[in-house]
Amino acid sequence: MKHLFECLKSYRKEAILSPLLKLLEVVMELTVPLVVAAIVDVGIGGGDKGYILHACLLLMAFAAGGLCFALLAQYFAAKAAVGTASALRSRLFHKLNSLSYSQIDRIGTPQMITRMTSDVAQIQTGINLTLRLVLRSPLVVFGAMALAFVVDVKVALVFVAVIPLLALAVGLIMAVGIPLFKKVQERLDKVYLSTRENLTGVRVIRAFSMEEGEKERFRDFSQKLFSAQRKAGKYSALTGPITFILVNLATIALLYFGGVRVNGGALEQGKVIALYGYMSQILIELLKLANLIVSVTKAISCQKRIGEILDLPEEPEKVSPAEKSGEIDDAVSFEHVSFRYGGANALEDISFHVKKGTTLGILGGTGAGKSTLVNLLPRFYEASEGKVSLFGEDVGGVSYQTLRKEIGLVPQQVVLFKGTIRSNLLWGNETATDEELLYAAKCAQAEDILLFKGGLDAEVEEGGRNFSGGQRQRLTIARALVKKPKLLILDDSFSALDYATDKKLRTALKELDCTKIIVSQRASTVRDSDLILVLDGGRCEGLGTHNDLLKTSRVYREILSSQEGERA
Amino acid sequence: MKDVKKSTFLGIMRYLKRRKFSLVFVILSAVLQVLFTLLIPYLAGKGIDCILSEGNVDFASLTKFLIAILCCTVGAAISQWILNVLSQKISYAVLSDARVDAFDKIQTLPLKFLDGTASGSVAGAVISDAEQFADGLLLGFTQLFTGIATILGLIVVLFVLRWEIALVVLCITPLSLVSAKFISSRSYKMFRAQSLSRAEQTAYIDEEIGNLKLVKAFSREGACGERFEELNKELNEISLKAVFFSSITNPVTRFLNALVYALVALTGAMLVLGTGGTFSVGSFGSVLSYCTQYTKPFNEITETIAEFQNSLACAARLFALTNEESESSDEGAEVLKEPQGAISLTHVDFSYEKEKPLIEDLNVEVKAGEKVAIVGPTGCGKTTLINLLMRFYDVDGGRISIDGKDLRTITRRSLRENIGMVLQETWLKSATVRENIRMGKPNASDEEVTEACKAAHAHNFILQLPEGYDTVLSESGSLSQGQRQLLCIARVMLLKPPMLILDEATSNIDTRTERKVQDAFEKLMEGRTSFIVAHRLSTIENADLILVMKAGKIVEQGTHLDLLSRRGFYYELYHARF
Repeated sequence: MKHLFECLKSYRKEAILSPLLKLLEVVMELTVPLVVAAIVDVGIGGGDKGYILHACLLLMAFAAGGLCFALLAQYFAAKAAVGTASALRSRLFHKLNSLSYSQIDRIGTPQMITRMTSDVAQIQTGINLTLRLVLRSPLVVFGAMALAFVVDVKVALVFVAVIPLLALAVGLIMAVGIPLFKKVQERLDKVYLSTRENLTGVRVIRAFSMEEGEKERFRDFSQKLFSAQRKAGKYSALTGPITFILVNLATIALLYFGGVRVNGGALEQGKVIALYGYMSQILIELLKLANLIVSVTKAISCQKRIGEILDLPEEPEKVSPAEKSGEIDDAVSFEHVSFRYGGANALEDISFHVKKGTTLGILGGTGAGKSTLVNLLPRFYEASEGKVSLFGEDVGGVSYQTLRKEIGLVPQQVVLFKGTIRSNLLWGNETATDEELLYAAKCAQAEDILLFKGGLDAEVEEGGRNFSGGQRQRLTIARALVKKPKLLILDDSFSALDYATDKKLRTALKELDCTKIIVSQRASTVRDSDLILVLDGGRCEGLGTHNDLLKTSRVYREILSSQEGERA
Repeated sequence: MKDVKKSTFLGIMRYLKRRKFSLVFVILSAVLQVLFTLLIPYLAGKGIDCILSEGNVDFASLTKFLIAILCCTVGAAISQWILNVLSQKISYAVLSDARVDAFDKIQTLPLKFLDGTASGSVAGAVISDAEQFADGLLLGFTQLFTGIATILGLIVVLFVLRWEIALVVLCITPLSLVSAKFISSRSYKMFRAQSLSRAEQTAYIDEEIGNLKLVKAFSREGACGERFEELNKELNEISLKAVFFSSITNPVTRFLNALVYALVALTGAMLVLGTGGTFSVGSFGSVLSYCTQYTKPFNEITETIAEFQNSLACAARLFALTNEESESSDEGAEVLKEPQGAISLTHVDFSYEKEKPLIEDLNVEVKAGEKVAIVGPTGCGKTTLINLLMRFYDVDGGRISIDGKDLRTITRRSLRENIGMVLQETWLKSATVRENIRMGKPNASDEEVTEACKAAHAHNFILQLPEGYDTVLSESGSLSQGQRQLLCIARVMLLKPPMLILDEATSNIDTRTERKVQDAFEKLMEGRTSFIVAHRLSTIENADLILVMKAGKIVEQGTHLDLLSRRGFYYELYHARF
């Protein structure tokens, strides 16, 4: 609830004004019976038609006043609810953006997205109803109760008895309902997952004629969601009937005790009618409330789910004190670095040094740990053991901002974002000029894409799907180059390129004044590197130049021969 | 606008029809609930009549009425509970049905549509819009029917009590209806705008959160945050309008009803004075109390109508997806059985966008069992060719045929079942490794799966996963691209299809493993027609036919040696690689 209230705080004025205005409206409503009483006593009793007319005009004035108050109240409630939901959404978005890679892995994309959308929407409805209606009900209930006490204290005790009972019943239903609704949202995650997955994998699903199987799976998820909803619904459906029964039992008791009191001469019939009237008012109000309790219960359970994410620990900006380490002219150094995702070591005892301005090639089989290794440099993951240094500083002691500013990364997954080519390239550096963008595109061999697609302002669709794999790869390289990074990491960024482009690109990169790490499967891509690291099953199998490795590394020779073979 | 609303309404009715039986019970329990509820004030009044004055209370009759009230209370509570439970059942069932239909629809939509629509907005329709739609429906059931029944009941009662007053009430009623309609038709527009704005935001969230790692790698959290704030602000403004406007309905009807009340008070009081006793003060009181009750259902109905506008807007978006045109039907098409695999493309024209022609007058003859390699610079249309072969897209002109049969006369399913495909994009679903491999052949035995994985050289690393073949894969898991690709290959190895398409199938795999995988592929491709898109030319060199593509056209075709001797574009490409 903490986050909700914090977000609500900026709308404090609205959140307070709305119920207050509601109160005024209720006052207007509660005065109506008094005017009617006057009509009966004075108007009808005295046969005064003019008085009746005046009183009825007064009633209309009350109606108009009530309307004004109500409209204002609705406006403030809407503003507070929509505003709070908006603030909550924004808070959640920023929080998600601050999560660490391992937190992202753990939560999963679909779960993050349903929380941003569906959960927040439910909360918005919850707040709006609470401000508009839920607060109105206690006003009416307690107002009517107070008036009942004025009429007759003893019979009014019936009211006192029934209200805690009602609170208890509603509380119980909500307590049972909250976890059930949470389950509903969790099942909704699955439905969303399945939908999203099918949209991204549509080609593969069709290629394998898996449409039927996928439909089956979705049906299953949908069915599970349905049964969770029904289970939660069954409990929440009790709220209305239970309220109805309790209030009517109270009415019965009231009439009976009222009868006894009248019989004893302590009360008159008219007062029993009045008491009965108040009880009816309470009933109508509470039944309205009961309808809304479900929304409030849902909102609370959604708020809990959001709280789970908002309460995740922040990724620490620095994990160790800033510390000079390694050689000053080393761009990158690894000292006895090990890393594990959870189970076994993905990297084990890796040590090497890369001098400034030189190129490191990393070669290794599928799943050898190449990407894992480069992920430790921008501290996407923290090394489990050992020390990773960048330009003579332990990366654990450098802020993310600095680290990621200095490193230009071209990841394996080639994704562009909706917008234009320009907006994508500007990711590297917001202030880059067109010349700089064009230069980066030229280096990345992406000039012809610009020509073909119509320049920097060519439209890029969601995920960059209007570009081929190779085109996307070159644009992602250009994006990293725009940054003018001190360290450029190319994580298998040549795979979708044909050999001609690959070669041209490597020549262009050679001219760049920065330290480079090139991860590849192709020996030809890394053989000219100043230093080559050969990884095998997470271990360093060889380290040295092409010529060194020919002598020392079995794996290197094998890789080379497998590609030499290709050349023949 | 009207048409959208009408077709949406018909769409909803279609879903409701399937729940006819429950629907009848919902209406029945609503009527019962109203009946019991309206009886209670009457009985209470009778009860109060038994309490006259000191020493003059008829306890025997009072008890009788109180017991009757108790019975009515229990009856009303039970029928209300049934009403609630059943309405939930119907709305959630409709929700589930509508979602399943939308999902099924997605499976039949042409790729042209899916490639051209933000996946976030499609997912939004299936998830959020469907949900809002069901919420509206639920509210409709629980409040609309009881509301209508109450109003009808009250009008009858009023007529019985005093027809002049009933007439006054009836005269004003249309006013509330007109104002409710005025407000709701406007709020419908606003809800539509809100729904659109929300969809835009959802699409952005989908893209940004879906690629969160990349965003962080470029420290773009700030800039993305700003863009999000913009969208959020926009949604905030539109939502505020929609929410506020729809919430006006309630106070406005309350106001109109207060007017009714005042007018009834006026008429009533005059009647009491005018008729001289036939219309008593007591009746005047009960007429007024029924007038108060008249307000509640009106509030509920108008509120429901407002809520329903939102739900209609959402349903419209959902149905727009469900009503999207499917791929041309496979009906009447024949099932492709044990094809030889001779493929010919004659005068094929194709483009994604009309104004940008891509493939023009493409002619290729592939004999059965041939191994065809497609080479060319990136973006030359290789993947497009595969899209056409798999019939993800249909040709604009000319024809593609297998064994002389036009692809369009063959069912898509049988065509695709006969072609195994490995793409550069490594899509795996969030399920176990085993389930992923079994995708094309769900009834394959564990041994067959293991066999396929061994052939794809994926067996060893699978065993190293925390739970081996039963490890659940996730979108953002720690498998490398290469490992994911090996799993995709194993998937095809298991299938042993008569024809094969490999689009950069081994681009992420290291060459040593690739070599072994290639051998397995060679074995698999023996005597089968296969298409290979690859940059590594070793696989291409011994192809039976090499198609050299450039800007959507085939510029050269022939065998490796042929092409080299021509010293053309292929020669250039080949020599540029070192």
